Amino acid sequence: MIEALIENVRGIGRRTIDRVWRMGVAAHFFVLVFLHSGPSFRRFHLIIREIFSAGVLSLIIILVSGLFVGMVLGLQGYETLQTYGAEESLGVLVSLSLVRELGPVVAALLFASRAGSAITAEIGLMKATEQIAAMEMMAVDPIARVVAPRFWGAVISMPLLAALFSAMGVLGGYLVGVVLIGVDAGSFWSQMQAAVDFKEDVLNGVIKSVVFGVAITIIALFEGYDAPPTAEGVSRATTRTVVTSSLAILGLDFVLTAFMFRGV
Amino acid sequence: MQRATLDLWVGIFVVAGIVAVLFLALKVGNLGGFDNSETYEIRASFQNIGGLKARAPVKSAGVVVGRVAEIGFDSKSYEASVTLKLDARYPFPRDSSASIMTSGLLGEQYISLDAGGEEKMLVNGDTLKITQGAVVLENLIGQFLYNKNDSQTDSAEPVQ
Repeated sequence: MIEALIENVRGIGRRTIDRVWRMGVAAHFFVLVFLHSGPSFRRFHLIIREIFSAGVLSLIIILVSGLFVGMVLGLQGYETLQTYGAEESLGVLVSLSLVRELGPVVAALLFASRAGSAITAEIGLMKATEQIAAMEMMAVDPIARVVAPRFWGAVISMPLLAALFSAMGVLGGYLVGVVLIGVDAGSFWSQMQAAVDFKEDVLNGVIKSVVFGVAITIIALFEGYDAPPTAEGVSRATTRTVVTSSLAILGLDFVLTAFMFRGV
Repeated sequence: MQRATLDLWVGIFVVAGIVAVLFLALKVGNLGGFDNSETYEIRASFQNIGGLKARAPVKSAGVVVGRVAEIGFDSKSYEASVTLKLDARYPFPRDSSASIMTSGLLGEQYISLDAGGEEKMLVNGDTLKITQGAVVLENLIGQFLYNKNDSQTDSAEPVQ
């Protein structure tokens, strides 16, 4: 009885130590990526290649989702605002919710599942097929050659994708609100411009998306680099990437929002 | 994939992203409003500013002519001191008056600037002398109830 209890407590302790140890390794990995970023900037085509696979290939899902999220916001917002006779504020509702929250967060969630999982699977497979060990044998630093370009490629892509998401969303809201339902176009845009502040809203949204980009990419890279070199290990690491980075995005979003929009 | 095609796609992507940021800044946000044109600042003290916030519009005849730059508290007169940033294209006479209004019944508060008749114009750093603070809805309701109570007792007396 006592023995079983002690064994349980020991299990909790072991798991805690494992988690903390893993976080330490991840932080060390993060610092290493920064320290080894120099060569990838000198060979910028490596980063361009990664911007292509992380950013350009995510364009379609981001643009289409942005458009539909904006259109749904337009419909739902109109339904509610109409009750108060304030349907001219539709532009404000659509643009503020997109620029402040939905743009960065939903784009980051899509990015995590579209590009983050691809990064993890790619690096995990490279490790499983011993390509990374081969690089080390040839005295090529795998962090500088494989990891750092992917990091910067994804970090550069993320804010651009979030901005495109928000812009498409506003256009979607315009399509539904003004073109379809018939809210006055002048007050739609003018109320939006009066309410949305560049520094307070747009810039903070961009900052959010940069932070999310760093978080997603470092999680994806670390999970891939740390994955057991088996088929099962890579598949688990990919799943963990999506789950962990989605949770990280939502948690970070709360913290950032609490700092940015406190009492403004 | 060919290097050139790759570069082209990434170029298109980056340009589209920057265009999206500019769209959010210029068309959705308020960058490129008064911020880059010339302005002059004037001050006004109010007894009560209600829910007025920095960056609220300053309107004259319903047209936005400036924005609230700063809101402070004067600890000598116990009044709110509000700094207004007005567009230099619109000069106002020195005896203009400012009052805090609400757009709609529950809308945002703004400052309404009514031009006076004096020949001299306001210059940077001037203070408005005639101001009227915000109408606080609670006070109004209180007054209304008080008055109503009064008139009821008045009308009740002759009956007795």
